Amino acid sequence: MSQAILQVRDLRVEYETASGPAHAVEFVSFDLHPGEFLAIVGESGCGKSTLLFSIAQLLTYPASTVGGQVLFEGRDLSSMGAEELRQLRWRDISVVMQSAMNALNPTISIGAQLADTCRAHTDWDDRKIAERSAEVLAMVSIDAAHLNSFPFQLSGGMRQRAMIAMALILNPKLVIMDEPTSALDVVAQRSLMRQVEDLRRELGFAVLFVTHDMSVVSHFSDRLAVMYAGEIVELGKTRDVFDRPRHPYANGLMDAFPSLVGEPRELVGIAGNPPSLVNPPVGCLFAARCPHATERCHTTRPELLPVDGHLVRCHLVASGEL
Amino acid sequence: MNDEILRVENLSRHFRVGGFRHGGTLHATDEVSFVVARGEIVALVGESGSGKSTIARVLAGLYPPSSGSITFEGKLLGKKSSRAVRGKMPMVFQDPFGSINPVLRVGHSLARSLKLHRPELDKDAREAEAITLVERVGLLPGAEVLRRYPHELSGGQRQRLGFAQALASRPSLILADEPVSMLDVSIRIGLLNVMRELRSSEGVSLLYITHDLASARYVADRMIVLYAGRVVEQGLTQEVIASPQHPYTRLLMATAPDPRLPLPADTDVADLGEPPKVINPGPGCRFAPRCPLAMDVCRSQTPTPVFLSATQSVSCFAVEKESHVS
Repeated sequence: MSQAILQVRDLRVEYETASGPAHAVEFVSFDLHPGEFLAIVGESGCGKSTLLFSIAQLLTYPASTVGGQVLFEGRDLSSMGAEELRQLRWRDISVVMQSAMNALNPTISIGAQLADTCRAHTDWDDRKIAERSAEVLAMVSIDAAHLNSFPFQLSGGMRQRAMIAMALILNPKLVIMDEPTSALDVVAQRSLMRQVEDLRRELGFAVLFVTHDMSVVSHFSDRLAVMYAGEIVELGKTRDVFDRPRHPYANGLMDAFPSLVGEPRELVGIAGNPPSLVNPPVGCLFAARCPHATERCHTTRPELLPVDGHLVRCHLVASGEL
Repeated sequence: MNDEILRVENLSRHFRVGGFRHGGTLHATDEVSFVVARGEIVALVGESGSGKSTIARVLAGLYPPSSGSITFEGKLLGKKSSRAVRGKMPMVFQDPFGSINPVLRVGHSLARSLKLHRPELDKDAREAEAITLVERVGLLPGAEVLRRYPHELSGGQRQRLGFAQALASRPSLILADEPVSMLDVSIRIGLLNVMRELRSSEGVSLLYITHDLASARYVADRMIVLYAGRVVEQGLTQEVIASPQHPYTRLLMATAPDPRLPLPADTDVADLGEPPKVINPGPGCRFAPRCPLAMDVCRSQTPTPVFLSATQSVSCFAVEKESHVS
């Protein structure tokens, strides 16, 4: 396989709280290859957005990266200064935020906002900017006439697509997306995902995609990482993780949403709540909610180990008991 | 029908929007008719802007209807709903963080509902009843939960509390407006199970409002699909899911993400459109601009419901034409 474009190594993020540091991201490691689509799924509070912010070097107080490395094309992002990062942003790495549709300035036209981005990061002249702006809008199926439109004149789905156009305007190698579809309806969601997928095929950028709704990415991502309480508990090919989830938490999640096909059947979900991140248990973080937990699960934290092509963080799976 | 509990007929709710001269009328719901039977769970399904929450709010008496009638337990409801009616038809809201007073203990809010709606209970009986209520929605141990503050409860627990509060007035119909959409996936199913249990143990009916077809299939006996303020299709859940007739229902089914299914072909969901703004809508079917089957008549006349079976009806000229031919 080709050289990874993004390497995350033992990344740790803490939030300062009144009762001590909350361990929001704990020893997260993965590689992302050029053109690859990696989805990170997890429930609220599992640290998935914090992880993205840490990778994009956008964390602000009270959160801070306390350990690990983020290498982009071999260069450590965390040791870069503000100016070096600025050079990299948009050109190489762009970020589409959650509810990005509200990230557009309501008082400036779409065209002017695209032009702002270009002026900040390139020396293009006005004609080149206008050409490229029309081109990226066309890529997301928005008519170039909307360059003169203001955000309120576009629907939610169109605004979200305009944000993606903005992220792609300088042809980055990596696009980081934080729940870009969560504010959209299912129909708009599907068409947006399809568009991201088509563009990725065409332009070859890599995607790091965070969502709480794993059914959204089920057909689009190459690999899937499941996070729980700040840790990656399972990482593997998307199809494999869906068809044969190994970690008890991933398994519970897959079994927690009703389907439109097959015989209607009883579902149970996962009882209990995630652990405190300030005083995490010493053993496996999922042990308290796990139907299979043994003595060892409560006393020793499991490692992320390879099991039939997946990485799984579970004593029982690693020892073949599950 | 004897066990009919709610009958909604030609319910419309319009809002004035914009300024005096350039303003318009937003048709949030238009001529919506449906029936809910005792002990039945009915799902109102639609995208945002389809008018599903407006219907719930009109039923709960938060807005008066612009026109149409609501018959609840055999009585025609007036413009203003009385406390007795509100107690019999309480609402559970979407946001479990915004709908509970944060400075009062859980027990206080419940006791207050009981005081208002069941004045015959004395203090001890109220306390005992409050414990039964929270335990019935799966919050255990009840006595301890009642002493907590809302911030000590998780989102799922708060939403369960919302149902306990709705139960306090011994309702016959609970209006549940997207009760699980703000909860995590692993928590949602527990709440959907609570809804099913309440129906079977208390015989209460539920109007479940949602944008999620799969969860509607999981809990509901019947399904009503809304588009831009109008009912486009209704029928038994298994009928609608097994053979959706309206082109919009089909689009919804095709786009609902389901990891268990292979990705449908591009052509199935080529639709990039979005629901129309319903300010001063013209005549015709509101889905016509996005509809692959649209004919001339769809743009000039409003389709009326056609019954395809005793229980399934659809408002679509194309389907109507086809069913005549076959």
